[in-house]
Amino acid sequence: MVNTVVDPKITIAKRAAMEIRNEAVVNLGIGIPTMVANFLDKDKKIYLHTENGLLGVGPSPSNEEIDPEIINAGKQPVTITKGASYFSSSQSFAMIRGGHVDTVILGALQISEKGDIANWAAPGKSVLGVGGAMDLVVGAKEVIVTTQHCTKDGSPKILEECTYPITAKNVVSKLITEYAVFRFNNKEMILEELKEEWTVEDLKKITPAKFTVSPNLKNYS
Amino acid sequence: MSNFVSAKEAINLIKSDQTIAVGGFGLVGCPLNLVEELSNHSVQNLTVISNNLGEPGGKGLGKLLLQNKISKAIGSYFTSNGDAVVYALEGKLDIELVPQGTLAERLRAAGAGIGGFYTRTAAGTLLAEGKESKIIDGKEYVLEYPLFAHVALIKAKKADRKGNLMYSKTARNFNPDMVTAASLTIVEVEEVVDELDPEEIVTPHLYVDYIVNVKEEFY
Repeated sequence: MVNTVVDPKITIAKRAAMEIRNEAVVNLGIGIPTMVANFLDKDKKIYLHTENGLLGVGPSPSNEEIDPEIINAGKQPVTITKGASYFSSSQSFAMIRGGHVDTVILGALQISEKGDIANWAAPGKSVLGVGGAMDLVVGAKEVIVTTQHCTKDGSPKILEECTYPITAKNVVSKLITEYAVFRFNNKEMILEELKEEWTVEDLKKITPAKFTVSPNLKNYS
Repeated sequence: MSNFVSAKEAINLIKSDQTIAVGGFGLVGCPLNLVEELSNHSVQNLTVISNNLGEPGGKGLGKLLLQNKISKAIGSYFTSNGDAVVYALEGKLDIELVPQGTLAERLRAAGAGIGGFYTRTAAGTLLAEGKESKIIDGKEYVLEYPLFAHVALIKAKKADRKGNLMYSKTARNFNPDMVTAASLTIVEVEEVVDELDPEEIVTPHLYVDYIVNVKEEFY
């Protein structure tokens, strides 16, 4: 029998796509967040914003469709949708900081139980790039973090306190890993969904952060 | 009213030790012909304000870096050019790392006569160390100052004879902000037309000093 293993990143991207509401303006970061675009509900009207100055990002172009002047914030070529608009960097970030972007989905190196996020610098490495991460996490109405539960070497990423330099304090609204979904409410971390074959005790073993369990705990959908 | 000049004439106006704002997000929207012309000039010790420093292997602003013309870079993301990382680690390049939205707003503030502004971006992080902060409505904001340049190098799609500009797609990015924030502005355009529709003009001509028509000059 062939044992098919689903890439955990795809599990996370699919689950994150379910969070996006109809008519939402959404900014997707690099990595798993970019994959979320592949799983968006086709029946929903969703407007993708990219901070380099485009509202209305469409699917990746075919080779013939590539326009070198239409890129996303990851510098990948993209297409535009009907009703798209271009704007300057200052206007793009006014949209972000001004709370006009509904949802930002981004990756993280570490997340704390209070909803702090560290996703731009690792200790001991040179700190030479931040991009728009610090603006996005303070400005969007809702910040959804998508990340694998642990690092590649199995170290925990969901901690009592971030040990890496933080991107912002107390900004995460929701955290989606391949095993669980957490919501943050007023610096409290609440487990809302857990993978079917897992117990809360199993999850605690790989999650140093303190969390409470929602009375309506559901199976991870 | 703007002057139409050659790239060489325009770039001759740049002097060593000046601060140059250069449009672009990576290479998209970067005035590559002006940057290339600058690489032929002997200026040194430039401070460059740009989101990135070109791409690895000496592309765009990366070329000026490898010529040791740039001593300081102010921008948001330098890790996309490994050469910039190496220069920074070797102490050959000073870096002022600024969150992307703060970078754009500091340029906008410089062009708009705003003496500073408070932003929630970076509050409580390494990038706010040493900066004044203030609690407004229960949230911490960081004081940021305007960012001026001596010269801005800008890429636009079209100019009319007066120097009004329109841009192309995501090549717009920092260009409309930077063109307001410099004492001297040099714009490379792909096309010069008699007239633009006043409704489609993004940058009115009063911001534009010199225009280089790259179609005439380079093709």
